[in-house]
Amino acid sequence: MAPQDQATSQTANGFTAEEFEVEAPSPREVMRRRAKRHFGLIIGGSVVSITVVCAVFAPLIAPFDPYEQDLTRRLINPVWGEGGTWTHPLGTDGFGRDLLSRLIFGAQISLTIGFFAASIAAVVGSIIGMIGGYFGGRVDAVVMYLINSKLALPPILVALSVVSVFGGTIPVLIAVLAALFWDRYAVVTRSVTQQIRNQDFIAAAQAAGCSNARIILSEVLPNLANQIIVIASLEMAVAILVEAVLSFFGLGVQPPTPSWGLMVSEGRDFMFFKPYLITIPGLAIFVLVIAINMMGDGVRDITAPEGRN
Amino acid sequence: MVTDTADIPYSEDSILAVRGMNVDISVPAGTLHAVTNSAFHVKQGETLCIVGESGCGKSITSLAVMGLLPANATVTADVLKFEGRDLLSMSQKQLSELRGNRMGMIFQDPMTSLNPVYTIGNQMQEIYVRHGKGNAQQAKDRAIYLLEKVGITAAESRLGQYPHQLSGGLRQRVMIAMMLMNDPVLIIADEPTTALDVTIQAQILHLLADLQKEFNMALILITHDLGVVARIADRVAVMYAGYMVETGSSDEVFNAPMHPYTQGLIDCIPIPGKTERGAQLGSIPGIVPALVGDQEGCMFRSRCDYAMEKCAVGDVPRQALGEMRGYRCVIGPEQAEANLQASRAKAAVAAGE
Amino acid sequence: MAQFLLQRLTISLLVAITVSIIGFSLLRLSGDLAAELAGEDATQEEIAQVAKAYGLDRPFHIQYLDWVGKALQGDLGRSLFTNEPVLELITTRLPVTVQLATYSLILALLVALPLGVLAAMKQNTWIDRLALSIAVFGQAIPSFWFALLMILFFGVILRWLPISGTDTWRHFIMPTITLSTFAMPQFMRLTRTGMLDVLESDFIRTARAKGLSPVIVLWKHALRNAVLPVVSLAAVAFGFLLGGSFIVESIFAVNGVGFLALESIIRQDFPVVQSIVVFISFVYIVLTLLSDLINAQLDPRIRLT
Repeated sequence: MAPQDQATSQTANGFTAEEFEVEAPSPREVMRRRAKRHFGLIIGGSVVSITVVCAVFAPLIAPFDPYEQDLTRRLINPVWGEGGTWTHPLGTDGFGRDLLSRLIFGAQISLTIGFFAASIAAVVGSIIGMIGGYFGGRVDAVVMYLINSKLALPPILVALSVVSVFGGTIPVLIAVLAALFWDRYAVVTRSVTQQIRNQDFIAAAQAAGCSNARIILSEVLPNLANQIIVIASLEMAVAILVEAVLSFFGLGVQPPTPSWGLMVSEGRDFMFFKPYLITIPGLAIFVLVIAINMMGDGVRDITAPEGRN
Repeated sequence: MVTDTADIPYSEDSILAVRGMNVDISVPAGTLHAVTNSAFHVKQGETLCIVGESGCGKSITSLAVMGLLPANATVTADVLKFEGRDLLSMSQKQLSELRGNRMGMIFQDPMTSLNPVYTIGNQMQEIYVRHGKGNAQQAKDRAIYLLEKVGITAAESRLGQYPHQLSGGLRQRVMIAMMLMNDPVLIIADEPTTALDVTIQAQILHLLADLQKEFNMALILITHDLGVVARIADRVAVMYAGYMVETGSSDEVFNAPMHPYTQGLIDCIPIPGKTERGAQLGSIPGIVPALVGDQEGCMFRSRCDYAMEKCAVGDVPRQALGEMRGYRCVIGPEQAEANLQASRAKAAVAAGE
Repeated sequence: MAQFLLQRLTISLLVAITVSIIGFSLLRLSGDLAAELAGEDATQEEIAQVAKAYGLDRPFHIQYLDWVGKALQGDLGRSLFTNEPVLELITTRLPVTVQLATYSLILALLVALPLGVLAAMKQNTWIDRLALSIAVFGQAIPSFWFALLMILFFGVILRWLPISGTDTWRHFIMPTITLSTFAMPQFMRLTRTGMLDVLESDFIRTARAKGLSPVIVLWKHALRNAVLPVVSLAAVAFGFLLGGSFIVESIFAVNGVGFLALESIIRQDFPVVQSIVVFISFVYIVLTLLSDLINAQLDPRIRLT
């Protein structure tokens, strides 16, 4: 470690071990050590992994067909409730469908929509942000204007209107959500690109005759990857929440598809005497969203702890 | 833990007297011994310079005196007296009554040390009113008087300005004036010019030295610039890795440095007329070692030309040459003197070539 | 300052125009509006007649300019469903939505500011962790579900609170709490981060070196700097609350603009939907402009440059 910069050793409110450490372990090793100690990352990661496994192997895991109606077995309580059985551990809904099976298949919907919406938004938003940050000037003004215009629109209302027009199919939902949540990527990548742009290795690449597109892809993008992943996880959580809202209001995924938001909405008719019909699917959304958030925060903490808070 | 500085005498009229002071900071990796067994004092009208490389504990020493260390730091000392009162037994409230009142501190970066959302006048007046020196009008008069003292023109109109409207040099002058509002007996200046333009640095240092004489204060100047020390210090303390490795009067330390580190530092000063243009600036190879965990032996041994086996074990003895003249090394005074002569002779030969 | 203001105004105006175009075109994307208006069994001729009657046969930009022109005179068209003037529909329902959003904003700030300050001051203690957990919960809980749970618990099981309508202040309690969980986590995090940054800053060390009491250091020197970003967020969040209040309004049967928007979307009542979308966007634009001005007032660095 080089002789300490006075500013760091003078900080009055807190000293860190790193400032005085002589031999620094490799960044990858540091990340691995931090990850092992990061409680939120472990819990969040586990919940997300379990959900992914459930979604992928839904047909094998789910005890029943999520669409199969059996009006003789309507509204059976979960196993802990009165008359509950292990045949339907979480009970059945108003059409006699097994709630656990619908929950497991519902994970497919939430994860698919969340993942693709966040990924597409990441690509679109990061490109816009990097272009604005890299070129600056008028190009940047246009980018800022796009971001501002996007921010002014009430996102969920616009999503509802568009989906009401084009129909609540999964591709439409993904496209609409992606179109509404690219702005945070753009804001962050833009400002980081602005900082990177003035550094020596960019000037070196320019001097070496690299094209702008190539510099952005091979010099700027790798420096942003961690941040983009962190935002993507947080935006995936938001997308899952918004999908649930849309489906809850009947404008998202259409029945009989088992979306968690739709399941809460369907359970609403029975909520006063069969509250598990809304508590269970709602809890599923809540837990998945928290887990994704914890995972995202964890990734940020282990890759860039200075970006905490 | 050695406390062989505990018994060094100091006169009761010292403004600040420190003996056997340790500062430990608990960090996730263990305990960081930021300052070990420190001893120094200043009297009225005296300037003490604490010098050393970055990260050697100079700033932490000053923050410890001010009681401004973070909660994860612990200060212990055999003696830590300010105007005869024991600072360690004081509550935060009692300390805060001394801070900004009897003792003031000037920080490194004037660009960030003033609150951006309040005017200069507001920030200068509050320190006066807070310590019960008078009302807002008296505070304003005093602020104008002091701004003029520190060489700021149109002082009255400056009071209504915000920090960002002033240059770095002006802000540091404001900072100095602000700390003088209550006529302190001690000023600690922690690298007050490092963040400033080179041309402004000398002005600010001269200003500090002048004010110190005029107000007859004790001044502790923390710096890594030995040239500055040579000009204004009465006494010097050299710090390395948390230890005060050499102390003495300015003349003694500059003319006959005893510790290999001090010898190295002083050899690094370019001397006008003597150092040739284009000659390589001297430097001590190596870096300050990590201070986390228990240590044994001399901290400087990894960079020392005279390192030997016994440097690695036990506590390094303090060689006392006079009341406040001493250094911390296994090499005795005669040998140290001889080493100094030898290396100066070698340097003279090298320069002659 | 004048230049700053002018620049801000220009941007806002541009954004406003863009948003109005998007809002306007949003609902013309759906295909043949005339065919839908004319009804399912309409002949080609009837559709053409309807198109002519509503001016839908004209080029898109003419339709837009016509719509803007009328809108500027307060004519937002009529609801396709009730045939009432859209402006009247919105203005009669606006007060209750504004009321709800205001209460929620105040509640969110009342919870978030002290909690954020406390969390920053007690960083890495249980208070800090509790505050962050509350923020995570607030961010992750689906608000429609949270609303239903409250109805179930406070309305049905405990019977403490009315579950729908806006007749008394007690009717507002659950909707306000639900809506405030929208904005609270952001405020809390921002206050906490701002406070942490400020507490580590040099000028706070200076304030302590001046011997100022901890109360003055916190309230005078730290807080004002820390809440600067919260002020801008608060204005923005108000617009956000207006746009998101439809969830709460529909569940608690609050007859506000949000509920109207949702009903109109479900009924495909385009003139109403596009007016509300554009209206809320405009409110947002005005509020961001306002927050810039407030910030400039609070922060001399912006005000004087």
